[in-house]
Amino acid sequence: MTLYVDIAALDDIPRQGARVVRTPAGCVAVFRTADDQVFALEDRCPHKGGPLSEGIVHGTSVTCPLHAWVFDLNTGQAQGTDDGAVRRFAVRVAAGRVLLDASLLARRSAA
Amino acid sequence: MTQRLVVIGAGMASGRMLEHMFDAGGDVAVTLFNAEPRGNYNRLMLSPVLSGEKTYDQIVTHDAGWYESRGVDCRFGEPVVKIDRDRKVVVSKSGETPYDALVIATGSAPFIIPVPGKDLPGVCTYRDLEDTNAMIAASGPGANAVVIGGGLLGLEAAAGMAARGASVTVIHLMGHLMERQLDPAAGYLLQRDLERRGIRIHCKGATKAILGKDRVEAVLLEDGTVYPADLVCMAVGIRPEVRLANDAHLEVGRGITVDDRMCTSDPAIFALGECVEHDKQLFGLVAPLYDQARVLAATLLGQEAAFAPVQTATKLKVTGVDLFSAGDFAEGPGREDIVFRDPGRGVYKRLILEGDRLIGAVMYGDTADGAWFFDHIKAGRDVSDLRETLIFGPAFAGGASANPRAAVAALPPEAEICGCNGVCKGRIMTAIDSGAVTLDAVRATTKASASCGSCTGLVEQVMALALGDGFVANANPPMCKCTDHTHEDVRRLIKSMGLKSIPAVMQDLGWKTVGGCASCRPALNYYLIADWPMEYRDDRQSRFVNERNHANIQKDGTYSVVPRMWGGVTNPAELRAIADAAEKYNVPMVKVTGGQRIDLLGVRKQDLPAIWSDLNAAGMVSGHAYAKGLRTVKTCVGTEFCRFGTQDSTGLGIRLEKLLWGSWTPAKVKLGVSGCPRNCAEATCKDIGVVCVDSGYEISVAGAAGMEVKETEFLIHVATEEEVMEVIAAFTQLYRENARYLHRIYKWVAKVGLDWCRAQIEDPGNRRALYARFQQSQAVYQVDPWAEHAATPADWAPIADLTLRAAE
Repeated sequence: MTLYVDIAALDDIPRQGARVVRTPAGCVAVFRTADDQVFALEDRCPHKGGPLSEGIVHGTSVTCPLHAWVFDLNTGQAQGTDDGAVRRFAVRVAAGRVLLDASLLARRSAA
Repeated sequence: MTQRLVVIGAGMASGRMLEHMFDAGGDVAVTLFNAEPRGNYNRLMLSPVLSGEKTYDQIVTHDAGWYESRGVDCRFGEPVVKIDRDRKVVVSKSGETPYDALVIATGSAPFIIPVPGKDLPGVCTYRDLEDTNAMIAASGPGANAVVIGGGLLGLEAAAGMAARGASVTVIHLMGHLMERQLDPAAGYLLQRDLERRGIRIHCKGATKAILGKDRVEAVLLEDGTVYPADLVCMAVGIRPEVRLANDAHLEVGRGITVDDRMCTSDPAIFALGECVEHDKQLFGLVAPLYDQARVLAATLLGQEAAFAPVQTATKLKVTGVDLFSAGDFAEGPGREDIVFRDPGRGVYKRLILEGDRLIGAVMYGDTADGAWFFDHIKAGRDVSDLRETLIFGPAFAGGASANPRAAVAALPPEAEICGCNGVCKGRIMTAIDSGAVTLDAVRATTKASASCGSCTGLVEQVMALALGDGFVANANPPMCKCTDHTHEDVRRLIKSMGLKSIPAVMQDLGWKTVGGCASCRPALNYYLIADWPMEYRDDRQSRFVNERNHANIQKDGTYSVVPRMWGGVTNPAELRAIADAAEKYNVPMVKVTGGQRIDLLGVRKQDLPAIWSDLNAAGMVSGHAYAKGLRTVKTCVGTEFCRFGTQDSTGLGIRLEKLLWGSWTPAKVKLGVSGCPRNCAEATCKDIGVVCVDSGYEISVAGAAGMEVKETEFLIHVATEEEVMEVIAAFTQLYRENARYLHRIYKWVAKVGLDWCRAQIEDPGNRRALYARFQQSQAVYQVDPWAEHAATPADWAPIADLTLRAAE
């Protein structure tokens, strides 16, 4: 069973935007879509390390701000002709709070 | 022996029957009675006559010459009052007329609701030319008209009178309009469209009385509402006109009962049209009536023929309202609905299935596939294999992605292509045949795709079909994969349709993706800012990272910070503040830019609010070095110090920068002001350049020194600094209002032509108006974003730091 840690209120994350959570495993981007779905991805594009949290969020995708790679927030997979993936983390919303996979608290990630 | 045929009623059904008989060379002597004092005309086209789109003469089907040449004894304005079946004569005011065969084609009579005042002058129905003329006479501008009945006929009457300038109210008993054809949702869309045209709709309205002394003055509803009325049109329904048949003791149900040969219970008497009942069914639409005419003509000529009702489709003949219904759409056991709704675009489609067959279709807003659905209904095909994508029409049929051109090729000539202007495929084909071989030419000659533009793709497909290889597709590609519209079309439609938010654009222009993409969202955000500066609010989440964070992102995720230095002029206090900030935030590199200012590179995101705050404190604001907006105004020292300077180029540059800063533009804008033709400020490779001369200022535009290098082109010579300011602001506004997003000025000018730009700027009125609009926008957008965001530093730091929390 996944354990969660409370990180913020949902409204602290702008719709169609993201905020960064610093973790021992590196920065995690927590995205909020226009319809209030929440996703957590490693905040590092596999292409050149761009911060995905700064990308434009459209539908359930994000476009990397550096070279416009597009990632599916559901799968972490790069779309189109680009090949690559970012790690996903469990995240959910309960009572207006965003809860993130607590394993990210560990000094070393489980993987 | 010549047969004596008497026909009662000169309507569309009997008219068609006579045509068939004469065409077949039938040996008949026809006597044609008609209560209306005229022959056969196309009653369906009364609505265009009412709205003024057609005249009565244009809708006459059979003129006097037609009857004369066929020897028809016309008794127009002479109603038949009695049929004597035993003696085989009909009785009218001129006496008795014998017949061998009699055809009753008395049509239908409008239903008059039995309320007080129903007989007042000014109350009419909507049935014939007299009614139409009465409505035309009463529906000039300023007149009040009330239509009772929100069905097909009532709405056509309402739209027609509204088109003539009357203020029209529709009173409808049911909860929504056209309840026999539409469900509440589609009825609502229709109501919304009609209300947009200024027609007032009152649903659930029961008429209590029609008020007035000598003629109608108002309509009173049960709920107490009173609508003033100079004319009241009752269009609540029709019933078969069967009085003559009843009096003659023919078998009559709701209508005159006929068999498959159109014969009544008397073998010498036949009937057709809206007055008949066949197999317990009544008929109000023209297609089955024409079938009856064909069958009856054959019967009268002694041939075998049988009438079998076919499915029919209706369209509301109100220009710009796109409604299609076909088949049977009543709910019932064993019937299932497939419904597609897009309220934003005003599109509604409902398919009714019974078992594996499609039996009915109702479409509103987008009726392009109507003909295809109707074909499936008529053919009674098994649609179970298509069911999943059936509602999306032929484009998806069969699972394979069909060639869209094939679907268009399959459309009949009368298929409507442009809903806004009611242009059918045939008219576009005719226009193309007459030489309209470009989209613009087709638009100009037919108006197709000239309004909302959503049918542009269809129009182009028709053109490709007609012209084959001769068709050059619009070289301008769509904005992005989310839409079929070009940037230019989107800009045009944002203005013409009054779209004021990104969701509104995406809905009303039919975006194919949810939430767009990283390419269209910033463009739309810019277009909305530029077009609706007072109403639209900047959508930060639709900004590229640099504009969202008001700093340039670098390859390592840090940012560069560039404060504005007006005209490239600074002072020791500013330099000291910059130096302090560089040290305080450990800025790895401090560099002088090409635009005469200082760049602090390598600032961490969470430090941005603090460094901005420090720079603000020293009087500096954002240099917008990251913006699709005004970047820099590069200057030389001019007359202030230079021995060659002709004007105060530094001062002018500062004034220009203070005028223009903070404005958002399609792409970055850089200016240069040189104090003499030696051009030390390199003004002639900027987007806008000013070169000072003794007699004033040479303004040139459309230079570039990036991926392309291009010298500016001369725009205008002016004498004073004030004129320089006005010309440059006006030109910038012209660019803001017309260019495609991300097109630099040189690209845009290459497209629209420098002459056009100059004409806009040289016209003093136009220049002033552009300048005023620029100022209006600046009143909203000329704010320092740094000061704004420095106030909320928490938003710029990580939202949580799990490295600081102990893991248990």
